[in-house]
Amino acid sequence: MKNPFIKYLYQKLVWYLVAFFVAVSLNFILPRLIPGNPVAVIVNQMAVGGVQSEALEKLYNTFMQEFGLDKPLYMQYFEYLKNVFRGNLGTSFMLYPGRVNDLIGRALPWTIILQVPAILTGWIIGNLLGAFSAYKGSRFDSVVFTTSLVFSNIPYYCLAIVLLYLLGVRFTIFPVGGGYGFGMIPTFSWHFITDTLYHYILPYCSMVLVAIGGQAIGMREMSIYELTSDYVNYSRNLGIRDEKIIRYVFRNAMLPQITGLAISFGTMMGGALITESVFSYPGIGSLLFTAIRQSDYPLIQGCTLIITIAVLLANFLVEIAYGFIDPRIRAVQLGER
Amino acid sequence: MKDIFILLFRSKRFIVGSILFLSVLLFALIGPMLTPKSPFQMVGGLFSPPSDKFILGTDNLGRDVFIQLMYGTRTSLLIGLTAGIIATSIGVTIGSIAGYKGGITEEILMGITNVFITIPSIVILILLSIAIKTRSALVMGLVIGITAWPWAARAVRAQTASLKTREHIDIARISGFNTFEMIIWEILPYMFSYIFMVFILQFSGGILNEATLSMLGLGPYQTVSLGVMLHWSLLWEAVRTGAWWAFIPPVICLSITTFSLMSMNASMDEIFNPKLRRG
Repeated sequence: MKNPFIKYLYQKLVWYLVAFFVAVSLNFILPRLIPGNPVAVIVNQMAVGGVQSEALEKLYNTFMQEFGLDKPLYMQYFEYLKNVFRGNLGTSFMLYPGRVNDLIGRALPWTIILQVPAILTGWIIGNLLGAFSAYKGSRFDSVVFTTSLVFSNIPYYCLAIVLLYLLGVRFTIFPVGGGYGFGMIPTFSWHFITDTLYHYILPYCSMVLVAIGGQAIGMREMSIYELTSDYVNYSRNLGIRDEKIIRYVFRNAMLPQITGLAISFGTMMGGALITESVFSYPGIGSLLFTAIRQSDYPLIQGCTLIITIAVLLANFLVEIAYGFIDPRIRAVQLGER
Repeated sequence: MKDIFILLFRSKRFIVGSILFLSVLLFALIGPMLTPKSPFQMVGGLFSPPSDKFILGTDNLGRDVFIQLMYGTRTSLLIGLTAGIIATSIGVTIGSIAGYKGGITEEILMGITNVFITIPSIVILILLSIAIKTRSALVMGLVIGITAWPWAARAVRAQTASLKTREHIDIARISGFNTFEMIIWEILPYMFSYIFMVFILQFSGGILNEATLSMLGLGPYQTVSLGVMLHWSLLWEAVRTGAWWAFIPPVICLSITTFSLMSMNASMDEIFNPKLRRG
């Protein structure tokens, strides 16, 4: 008999591949629905900017070839797929002849360094707070719940703007944006690292605060369900210590929250992108913001593709972890049931 | 049904939420009628602070922020409402058919739903928005609605699947109802409160998605919305100039709107799920 865990993995993998193909196809087809020839539009814009006509022609030919606009649509599609799998995202319009790969490669580490810790911290603190608040009940619970409700409903970027204004502009405690000090060159010096951390605090905090709220609400709800269940009453009647019961409750209520983590990656990503552009943080979000403003389609496509891959990958990892953690799924996988 | 209303209005959270929401609604509906000025009219100096003449000052082009706020809230609500209605209708249709039919129909419909849940909706939103060059507020609501339905579909399917085993369904089946009649007359009425909650979630999600898209520069065309106001503040560095009146009002408006909707939703959840009710 085949290993059931491999089978579980395999099933999940197939679904994620389907989702990936749909996303790549949308990424291919949607920008091509823009009426007119995008290359001509861009080249005309540059002509207004006073670029030599010879250079313009070269530019036009490069992009026509790269987009393959002279070929039939299905050929363009295969060309696009081939490039995506080779990891070639094309040439940027606005920073010609800059490669989209290089631009994204430079921005991606910033985004990862900012978002992964922020999402995880928010998730952990939020869950602890939610479980504790459900257990405590009464006044404490109602204060935590209302505060969480307020925080989780402030869009990320709104809190970001308010924090930036209050702590950056008004009271000048923190820098007003960027990933590191103006005029600094990224190196591995002590000075650069401390400066980067200093710039990191505000965007990080604004994301963590909102994430805590959302997670706390979910965890509180799950814990309340668990707290009223039979096994809790039974354990209480047996005289088992409270701390032990909380541990049971926490572990059971945690399970849906792990799926919740996977779900929040996607939604958080959207908000986080704008948080970056609020702070002019040099990540994917700010890149996307400028790309959209300049109608730089190859760069927009590159960003959306990277975002899709990141979210799908994160979801997939969470799903595998979930398979390990949930004893029910594990039992099925090991063929115990 | 009457009992539910009594319970709802006994909940402090519901009352606060609905009062807040009604005030936002009145502000957005009646406000623009009371002023002859357009939100695009340049009436004052660049970034002039709040004064007697301009309650909330002016923006980077000397336009009255207070008037923009009234029109902007109206557009945001309109987009959120459109998105909410569309997402809920698609979600209810797909979810109830999948849940009631079961079998291969369910597999296919839920397969599609899951694929669209896994792809981050922001990506589809960005791509769709750049493909549609002239976006009116309604078109934007439509775009947001057709990317937001998978959640609604999943929730409605689960409810339908559990409703399906009830006795009145069996009786209706013996009476010869077809699938369509069954869903309309025997299933949907029993989950009306649930659908309403899904709608409220989608409504507030639509408002937030509008703001996200608009802030990225993909907002409604030649219209002011709360997201567009924030986009202008980002673009013209209102935050770093210290012109708080250009971005704090839309931030507050946006937060109050979503907060009021979500607290209404949370209190309804407490009432319809008695397990969550405590004390």
